[in-house]
Amino acid sequence: MNAAGFPILSLVTFLPLLGVLVILSVRGEEAVVASNARWTALWTSLVTFALSLVLWFQFDRNSPDFQFVERLDWLPDYGVSYLMGVDGVSVLFVLLSTALTPLCILASWESVQNRVREYMIAFLVLETMMVGMFCALDFMLFYIFFEAVLIPMFLIIGVWGGARRVYAAYKFFLYTFLGSVLMLLAIIAIWYQSGTTSIPEIYEFDIPFAMQVWIFLAFFASFAVKVPMWPVHTWLPDAHVEAPTAGSVILAGVLLKMGAYGFLRFSVPMLPDASQYFAPMIYVLSVVAVVYTSLVALAQQDMKKLIAYSSVAHMGIVTLGIFTFNQQGIEGALFTMLAHGVVSGALFLCVGVLYDREHTREIARYGGVAKIMPAYALVFMLFTMASVALPGTAGFPGEFLVIVGAWAVNPWVALGAATGMVLGACYMLRLYRGVAFGRITRDDLKRLLDLSPREYAVFSPLIVLTLWMGVYPQSFLSFFSATVAQLVAQHQAAISAASRFAGL
Amino acid sequence: MFVGAVFFPLLGACVSGFLGRWLGDRVAMWSTVFFMALAAICGLLAFWQVALSGQPQTVVLFTWMQVGELSFSWSLRYDTLAAVMVGMVTLISTLIHLYSVGYMSHDATPSRFFAYLSLFTFMMLMLVTADNLVQLFFGWEGVGLASYLLIGYWYEKDSANAAAMKAFIVNRVGDLFFMLGMALTFFTFGSLEFDAIFGAVQDHVNDVFLGIPSLELIGVLLFLGACGKSAQLGLHTWLPDAMEGPTPVSALIHAATMVTAGVFLICRMSPVMEFAPVALAIVTVVGASTALFAATIGCVQNDIKRIIAYSTCSQLGYMFFAAGVGLYQAAMFHLFTHAFFKALLFLGAGSVIHAMSDEQDIRKMGGIWKKIPVTYAVMWIGSLALAGIPFFAGYYSKDAILEGAVAAGTGVGMYAFVCGAVAAFLTAFYSWRLLILTFHGKPRADHHTMEHVHESPLVMLVPLLLLSVGAITTGFVFAPYFIGDAATAFWNGAIYNLPAKDMMEALHHAPHWVPTLAKTVAISGILLAILIYGFLPHIPGRVAAAAPGPYRFLLNKWYFDELYDRIFVQPARRLAVQLWQVGDARIIDGMPNGAAALAAGASRGTVRLQTGKVASYAFAMIIGLVVFVTLFLTGR
Repeated sequence: MNAAGFPILSLVTFLPLLGVLVILSVRGEEAVVASNARWTALWTSLVTFALSLVLWFQFDRNSPDFQFVERLDWLPDYGVSYLMGVDGVSVLFVLLSTALTPLCILASWESVQNRVREYMIAFLVLETMMVGMFCALDFMLFYIFFEAVLIPMFLIIGVWGGARRVYAAYKFFLYTFLGSVLMLLAIIAIWYQSGTTSIPEIYEFDIPFAMQVWIFLAFFASFAVKVPMWPVHTWLPDAHVEAPTAGSVILAGVLLKMGAYGFLRFSVPMLPDASQYFAPMIYVLSVVAVVYTSLVALAQQDMKKLIAYSSVAHMGIVTLGIFTFNQQGIEGALFTMLAHGVVSGALFLCVGVLYDREHTREIARYGGVAKIMPAYALVFMLFTMASVALPGTAGFPGEFLVIVGAWAVNPWVALGAATGMVLGACYMLRLYRGVAFGRITRDDLKRLLDLSPREYAVFSPLIVLTLWMGVYPQSFLSFFSATVAQLVAQHQAAISAASRFAGL
Repeated sequence: MFVGAVFFPLLGACVSGFLGRWLGDRVAMWSTVFFMALAAICGLLAFWQVALSGQPQTVVLFTWMQVGELSFSWSLRYDTLAAVMVGMVTLISTLIHLYSVGYMSHDATPSRFFAYLSLFTFMMLMLVTADNLVQLFFGWEGVGLASYLLIGYWYEKDSANAAAMKAFIVNRVGDLFFMLGMALTFFTFGSLEFDAIFGAVQDHVNDVFLGIPSLELIGVLLFLGACGKSAQLGLHTWLPDAMEGPTPVSALIHAATMVTAGVFLICRMSPVMEFAPVALAIVTVVGASTALFAATIGCVQNDIKRIIAYSTCSQLGYMFFAAGVGLYQAAMFHLFTHAFFKALLFLGAGSVIHAMSDEQDIRKMGGIWKKIPVTYAVMWIGSLALAGIPFFAGYYSKDAILEGAVAAGTGVGMYAFVCGAVAAFLTAFYSWRLLILTFHGKPRADHHTMEHVHESPLVMLVPLLLLSVGAITTGFVFAPYFIGDAATAFWNGAIYNLPAKDMMEALHHAPHWVPTLAKTVAISGILLAILIYGFLPHIPGRVAAAAPGPYRFLLNKWYFDELYDRIFVQPARRLAVQLWQVGDARIIDGMPNGAAALAAGASRGTVRLQTGKVASYAFAMIIGLVVFVTLFLTGR
């Protein structure tokens, strides 16, 4: 059946739902239920993660094809089937999702006190949807997961969020949903043409250019909002600010990757000519995103909002990398996605540490934290540096590769993207200085406690990952190479074929 | 041995940083010193084997990235260029670690300080032993980080935090160009490894990118990167502010090692730079201008550390224009000797500050030479070396640079020589101004401070004495190797000179008036300073009062900070707020929010229509019917 010998992808996808069933069946006093829910959720997510590690070890890095493929007929009359599989582009995002979920559950251990059971259920359902989305190889299946992710996230923001949570949740939902409807239209159009919804089969299918353009725009509407690209990014800061810490971590860590993943899975391979046609627009939007949102981040007073804007800037690097259509650019984009998942997730956790203690995210309320929380200051420094892409940390290889890739396409675009290096340093160091440095002026800050063992447990895997990805990125890059090389080759073949026809 | 020289400091940093709290400060401090000493032994052995015995070597550790045809490893490249730097950095860093044990003894968290210091050394060593541009960039950014941490070491001081941020961000501006330089290098050569680049230079001489020869553009971009790190004109503003850090930091990072990384980069890239004459001319002009510009400012500053900082800036300018005229060997030689005497001057200044109860203003010093005789003596040695007085280290390297500038026989070479000669005069002048105001004359500090003036402990004096030995001897001992008869064997191909130019040969045929002139201006600068500040102390005040404009211009450092604040910082801040509050909040969010408001308004309007009165419904129906019928009829 596949390399693992059992339907591993389905198992990883649906195992969290088993945990949901267990949590649902627990009865008793509220405190008991809460504690049981926490432990069940943690163990479920840990087992899921352990299981997903099979992918890490069994994945054949030299093959560009889909692996661990599972196929069941679903709606054979319409060419729709249950088709799961991963390739070099998606496999690490499955792992990222399964790795971040237990950390999120651990991070919400104490900060979430009401409706714990529902909260944990929401997270486990979210995990199922995220993993399913990265594994799905059928358009309908993908669409279902892609949309279903919104529901638990909507609830997490809307129920356990901050003061303006309802506004933020609606904004998040409506923005992302509006784009998705257009994507559904595009999917139906493709199905109408090709008679199948299986992604590998559509790869073989040539779509006429005029149609490619319209489908590209429909996909773009959906994915650009998800990424988010400028100017449809404003839902993100609001959603981040209102979401609970763990919600922000998943939002930044995995959900933002869905848009970029969509570009790579659908737009670039299925619509090569339209992608090439619209690439300049993407460059412009990406560079504007980098410069514009970096500047906006510079003006923020709220820690979470600052990091949210920095996410938009980093995702600008990602979209730029994808549309360079060369090996360095695309691998750089993929690596940046992974690195951003780890680093910005960790930064949101860093904010969460302070928020749990002081219940404010205003930079001006802090200062001098390094004095009383030295371990925290060190951790925060590491992730700050990773965020500004210091070589040796996770942020660097991706940004470097994207800039190298972009230079080959257009040096001015590379210059624009590289200004993010300077602006990124400005806002991140401003944040760090405001929080950690300076003299302690408030008495309530003096009684802060340094990291607790639970917090160490949350941060240490992220620290290890950040350094590992910086010092030996090859162990991650090697997953991408074969698939990306094939993608680039196919793209070039399609483009040259198209230009030949145009020549005739 | 090769690996040890680089990684022992990292080990020391980890021990001190992570275990410092359990080991206690004393153990942590001495353990970093111990590891540094081990590294220095390895480093000197490596220097012996590679540079003096001529056995270069590359140690490959493991692959870093391999993406398509872009591939490079973590590796340690030991050729003469690297070995010179490794030997110098480990030795000076060890001495400064030792000095810091005394200097930082009253600090609250010395283990943190030593961890940073060792981390810095590690990063610097990674930089100089890099085998490809990306690893060089790793060290490059790494030393930037360490410098940021050390400048802001006293993080409760606001000025220290501001200076640290400024250093990091200004450096980042340079790094941006470095990054683009790497991108273009890869685009041109298809590799970022030195061997591959240097081997292929000949094939790419005629490449053109954006209408500019590729090699020229690479040279300019990398030089802009070097400007940031080495504080050259335009990107120099962070260096004087960096003096907010503890004095050993200023000595190690902002004088001896990190700031010379830019010079090192240009020398490392000599096989490319040699084919980029315009880029080299730019290097020469910027370097020469910096040498002069910084020296003029150094003459009027009053903070003892800032004077030396501007002097560093100025000396870096010498190194750059030496490289610019093609005399990379002389640039490296000056870098090497400068490291000793500038570290000595800084540590000596630290000793003075220590003695004066943390006073840094030379206007509030004076009359202390008898109380701290050793410090006084080493400051003299350092200043003599800096001014280029015969037989001290600086004499050999600076003379070679000035001779080379003339020997180059080009317009920019002459410009560099003139700037260099004037700067040499000013250097001598401000050095003796500093010496006299600090040590001689009537005590201007208050009574209380004067009572506490004391010589530093032995642990600080030993490094000072060792460095002064270096400041005296490195010149004549190493001159034959770096720039003299043994140079070809010594460099062993680590530096490339275009055969057509052959600057090393030209150097020997420089006109004889050049060294004489250099000595004359140096000595006259010293005499002028002694005359004015030693015997006619009212003159400087009168000069300043007579020409308040130029004086204030110099005192305010040519108004660079104010200019940048106006051009970059303030507009960026305003723009940031505008983009956020108008762009995001009003325009981008305004549309969906407006759409939402429209929908809500429309629904409210529709609700009002449903009045429930049959008469109004009937009326609406009739109107509708009329409209439809009219449309139907006219449509036909």
